[in-house]
Amino acid sequence: MAIALDVALAHLTSRKRQTLVSLTGVVLGVAFFLAVSSLMRGSEKDFLKRLVDNSPHITVYDEVRQGRAQPAELRWPDAAVNVRNVKPLRETRGIRGWPQRLEFIEALPGVRAAPVLAGAAVLTFAGRQQAVTLSGAVPEKMKQVTTIEEKMIEGSLDALAADPNGIVIGQGLVDKFSLHLASSVNVVAADGTSRPLRVVGIFRTGNAGYDEGQAFVLLKRAQALLGRENRVNRVIIQLADPYEARSTAQTIEAATGYKSVSWVEASEDILSLLLVRNVIMFSVVSAILVVAAFGIYNTISTIVMEKTRDIAIMKAMGFHARDLKRIFLLEGLIVGVLGSGLGVLLGLVLMRVLGEVAIRPPGVSEVVHLPIWWGAEQYALAILFAMLSCLAASYLPARRAGSVHPVDILRGAA
Amino acid sequence: MSGAGSATPPIIRVENVTRTLAGEVPVTLVQDVNLEIERGEFVCVMGPSGSGKSSLLYLLGLLDMPTRGRIWIDGEDTTGFDDDRLTDFRLARLGYVFQFHFLLAEFSVVDNVSLPIRKLGRLGDDAARERAAQLLDRLGLEGQHEKRPSQLSGGQRQRVAIARAIANDPLVILADEPTGNLDSVSSANVRDILRGLTRELNKTVVAVTHDAQFAALADRRIGIVDGRIDMAWRPG
Repeated sequence: MAIALDVALAHLTSRKRQTLVSLTGVVLGVAFFLAVSSLMRGSEKDFLKRLVDNSPHITVYDEVRQGRAQPAELRWPDAAVNVRNVKPLRETRGIRGWPQRLEFIEALPGVRAAPVLAGAAVLTFAGRQQAVTLSGAVPEKMKQVTTIEEKMIEGSLDALAADPNGIVIGQGLVDKFSLHLASSVNVVAADGTSRPLRVVGIFRTGNAGYDEGQAFVLLKRAQALLGRENRVNRVIIQLADPYEARSTAQTIEAATGYKSVSWVEASEDILSLLLVRNVIMFSVVSAILVVAAFGIYNTISTIVMEKTRDIAIMKAMGFHARDLKRIFLLEGLIVGVLGSGLGVLLGLVLMRVLGEVAIRPPGVSEVVHLPIWWGAEQYALAILFAMLSCLAASYLPARRAGSVHPVDILRGAA
Repeated sequence: MSGAGSATPPIIRVENVTRTLAGEVPVTLVQDVNLEIERGEFVCVMGPSGSGKSSLLYLLGLLDMPTRGRIWIDGEDTTGFDDDRLTDFRLARLGYVFQFHFLLAEFSVVDNVSLPIRKLGRLGDDAARERAAQLLDRLGLEGQHEKRPSQLSGGQRQRVAIARAIANDPLVILADEPTGNLDSVSSANVRDILRGLTRELNKTVVAVTHDAQFAALADRRIGIVDGRIDMAWRPG
């Protein structure tokens, strides 16, 4: 092994320039791999964070995925029972016994929950109308499960608690209706019930649809307005670990019977999109390493061709085919190890530089930095891929070296 | 034939060896050769160009395998040896000197010589270098140990190649026109060294040569014409 290493190093150092070019290929490949991967994964994490932070991790709806079992089905569980024209009871819709269910949900580890009664309403002001989703909330609970408090630009969610006739609306509505804090607007429910409310808070999320179509009032106020006393129709849940959402949602659904949708379930399309994006990204950055592998192949191939006589004499002397193969595989390995090491260093520098880049998206006043992900697995992946390319690139020349017949070469040389 | 019926068995015995290169028109390199070479003998193989001298040498050196016939070296029938066994045999018991020195350009002289010793693995790396240095000194290359082959003269390089050939203390040294590329002074030097190996160390040397002065030193001269042994052949 020591001899193989000596010879391999001697070969590589005797062709410094070509070795350096091959090495540079690997270094750049690994560095770009890391830079692109950290940026893509960073933006993915950033995107997911926004997705996860701005939407509930789990929403429990006042719906069931499967209709309630009918008495006939319960009585003859094994029979082929066909019950037709089943209609739900005419009753006030909502989650039944929600305080108990909320208690159960809040007792789960790492769970924060807030009851909400959401319904459609129309906001009228000075003869203009705008349909909104009216959410009745308990302010101190709502603050724990949404980022709405951070998005307040005037007033606060807590003001609702102080003023039962208060309403919190978005910047979009404020602009549309030329409102301001303490303006009075009329809210009309679907059944015609109307009530004047006073603006006690204004939020801005940056999502125009939300900023124009969402309003918050006190839970009791919403219940009264929508005619659904003592009911809520959803429970919004935030988890300490968002990635537990799927299993927690299943637990809640199993226990309460109500449809519980995790953010994972709700954003399946986006998650699969991110997966596709990752596949594309890794294909592209891997291509760089494949190109680098050709450089290594070229170098080691040239060495094998130039050193055919050396290979022949070493074989004549008593070196096995496998010894010679090992020499050239080692050359690939050395380039791979050095290239990966230096590539990771350069990659870290690139990532640091990219992380410093400040951009200002059009129409937004705040400066944002490129999101960089520093996770360990991308280094492992880059190194693994670089090593594989280097070994694959050196394998063919190594095999050629192993199959050299000394006599063929000696005869030709004499 | 000299040595036949002597007390010690011949170091090399060749029996009806033929080597044919397969192809559309098969080429016979060596045909029906029978030969015995004794331990410590200095044998020169001579013949016109393309007569099959080198091919015979490659067969004797186990670099090539006969199409037909058998070769015994040191009492072992090498017929049917696989590549691994042949390689190990060459490493431990045979040494080669070629017309071109074939030294590894990236290694110092002493490293070139210690390479086969390290490969054999009987000595540690330091001891291998030590032995290589002793061999170089014995061949008059004191003070040249750390030089690269390119920094030496042709005669010096060939002496390094000889040192490498005898590094593992082989039984037989096979030389393919070892003086073919040297000036007369260096040639004389290499001749004397090879002859000295047989006289002082009881090594067997088989050398292919065109050099009449070289052949004159040999214990025996074997002529080869068209792949067959022709004892009547004389250079000229």
